[in-house]
Amino acid sequence: MIIEKHDPLKGQMFQVLDKDGSLVGPDPELPPALLKDMYWWMLYSRMADDKALKLQRQGRMGTYAPIKGQEAAQVGSALAMRPDDWMFPSFRELAAAMVRGVPFEQNLMYFMGDIRGNRVPSGVNNLPVYVPVGTQIPQAVGAAHAMRLKGRKTAVVVYFGDGATSTGDFHEGLNLAGVLKAPVVLLCQNNQWAISLPRSRQTASRTLAQKSIAYGLPGVLVDGNDVLAMHAATAEALDRARSGGGPTLIEAYTFRMLMHTTADDPKRYRKEAELKEWETKDPLKRFRAYLERKGLWTVGWQAELEAKAAKMIDEAIATAESAPPPSPDALFDHIYAEMPDELREQLEDLKRAIGEREVEEDATEIQGGFP
Amino acid sequence: MAEALNSALHTEMASDPDVIVLGEDVGVDGGVFRVTDGLTERFGSDRVLDTPLCESGIVGLAAGMAIYGMRPVAELQFDGFVPPAFDQMFSHVSRMRNRSQGRFTVPMVLRFPYGGGVRALEHHAESIETYFVHMPGLKVVVPSTPHDAKGLLASAIRDPDPVVFMEPKRLYRAVKEEVPEAELTEPLGKAKVVRQGTDVTLVGWGAMVPKMLRAAVLVAAKGTSAEVVDVRTLKPYDEATVHDSIKRTGRAVVVQEAPRTLGFASEVAARANEKLMLNLSAPVIRVTGFDVPFPYYKMEGWAVPDVDRIIKAMRRVLTW
Repeated sequence: MIIEKHDPLKGQMFQVLDKDGSLVGPDPELPPALLKDMYWWMLYSRMADDKALKLQRQGRMGTYAPIKGQEAAQVGSALAMRPDDWMFPSFRELAAAMVRGVPFEQNLMYFMGDIRGNRVPSGVNNLPVYVPVGTQIPQAVGAAHAMRLKGRKTAVVVYFGDGATSTGDFHEGLNLAGVLKAPVVLLCQNNQWAISLPRSRQTASRTLAQKSIAYGLPGVLVDGNDVLAMHAATAEALDRARSGGGPTLIEAYTFRMLMHTTADDPKRYRKEAELKEWETKDPLKRFRAYLERKGLWTVGWQAELEAKAAKMIDEAIATAESAPPPSPDALFDHIYAEMPDELREQLEDLKRAIGEREVEEDATEIQGGFP
Repeated sequence: MAEALNSALHTEMASDPDVIVLGEDVGVDGGVFRVTDGLTERFGSDRVLDTPLCESGIVGLAAGMAIYGMRPVAELQFDGFVPPAFDQMFSHVSRMRNRSQGRFTVPMVLRFPYGGGVRALEHHAESIETYFVHMPGLKVVVPSTPHDAKGLLASAIRDPDPVVFMEPKRLYRAVKEEVPEAELTEPLGKAKVVRQGTDVTLVGWGAMVPKMLRAAVLVAAKGTSAEVVDVRTLKPYDEATVHDSIKRTGRAVVVQEAPRTLGFASEVAARANEKLMLNLSAPVIRVTGFDVPFPYYKMEGWAVPDVDRIIKAMRRVLTW
């Protein structure tokens, strides 16, 4: 009923908690264990994200895309999924991926330039990171369509950002989802900025959610910094999908509190005042206030969670940093089911070149770095 | 090199009001590599368009503006984000002159950073020149020095045909060179002998040129005289300059960062084989990337040809 009752064309946004954590409607009365889980994942991912940024700054990791500010949009939606649902991410879904069972060290290894970080653990129905914007959308629709053909009562959630809504793949994906009535939840995290381009310059539409209407599927605008709203809206959209109701577009209205990636500086293109305003809508702060009012949050519990998260983060870093360096074989692994002879020959060439190397590369050649 | 490219955009935009720049983050942010820095302040947002995120749209928009008579310079942010624009390039930009039998032309430039070696994320380090060389109707330019970057970009903008201008991103800030502030052009379709030698010819382009030069210096200390040719324009290919060098040395090594099979190095070798058989003292050898997806940065040192492999290849042709 959330989806029906909130008309994106009228700019109506679904919210459970206001920015201070007070209920704007009835309390969804979720089980305390789930509420505490939500808070844990938001806190853990906030701390992990912060640590990842520090590792990049210390030169221990490559370019990183932080998620700060988007924890509720990701944790709320990911916790609404079941393990046998599938998730297609973009490259800024650390929290959602961790909720789904991708360990933090995988994310670290990925951003440390190690392809082994992109190997999702067996049994976790997540795809690896998708960097080319929007490309995951038609694929998610395809996976959802396959689920339906095979008679499974499962669904797909595909994550993308506001920038992706300008790509052809977004429009083709939505159109296909509508035509095929695919069991897919199209989850757009509108974090207001695509690198330096503000949402207002990305599209002349009033909302992103309303883009669904032209494709014959419902769209709903949700407060993306409200974990309860995100959970409820995603759960409803997943129910619709699983029961044959077809796809839903969810616009999670949120904010990228840091840079696009560590390679850019937001001060060049956006005003400090906008960040300050969004800091008042911080997803963790408001949810903590709600939990505290329910007697589920205490200073002691916070300290306990922080200690647990810090320990897990340290362990993840140790695991990622102690991974043995890849061998030359890794460059040629997993390209074909069976390695063709010509590739085997190239691998031998590389091994010989490494073994007989007399001249080292001039490291100063790469002064520019990335970007 | 980034500053030289910026300078070319400044001078060309100043001299021709039809030159406009468009792409993602090219305006307020000045481009992710700062190549378009300061253009918005000087020329305004009508001539420096920050576009939505839509590569096919950017190239299609530029094509339409070019067909109408303007001189758009479209930037795509990274090599790995070019593919959505392939349809526009393949089906229309490259062949509009032909399809319309000369009635409509597409004098646009498509520029983007390319290649590996800077510890970038995946999809940010691709060497995709072959795809464009393979589209009849396009010119393909790859500079290796700041001076050439400025001169070739200016010429590309003035050229009546569509030009794909690929900027080796590892050279954006690696090479320092004084470049005049005034207008400067370098002819398209002309290779350049950047080091003279007599024993062997090294042929390459872009980020491979400094590697070939270093290899040439290192072998010179051991008595080998290597000539280095910077191809600069892959299409149309300046066969005359390259073949003139190979005829004199009788030996050639072609270096490319892209995967081996069907890369432009293969074309260089094939043409030498077809036309210089009697001048060659050894087969033309390629030093290339491998036929693998460009790896994440922990392995990129293996994927990109290195000076050592270039020296070994020279040794092979010299001892054939």
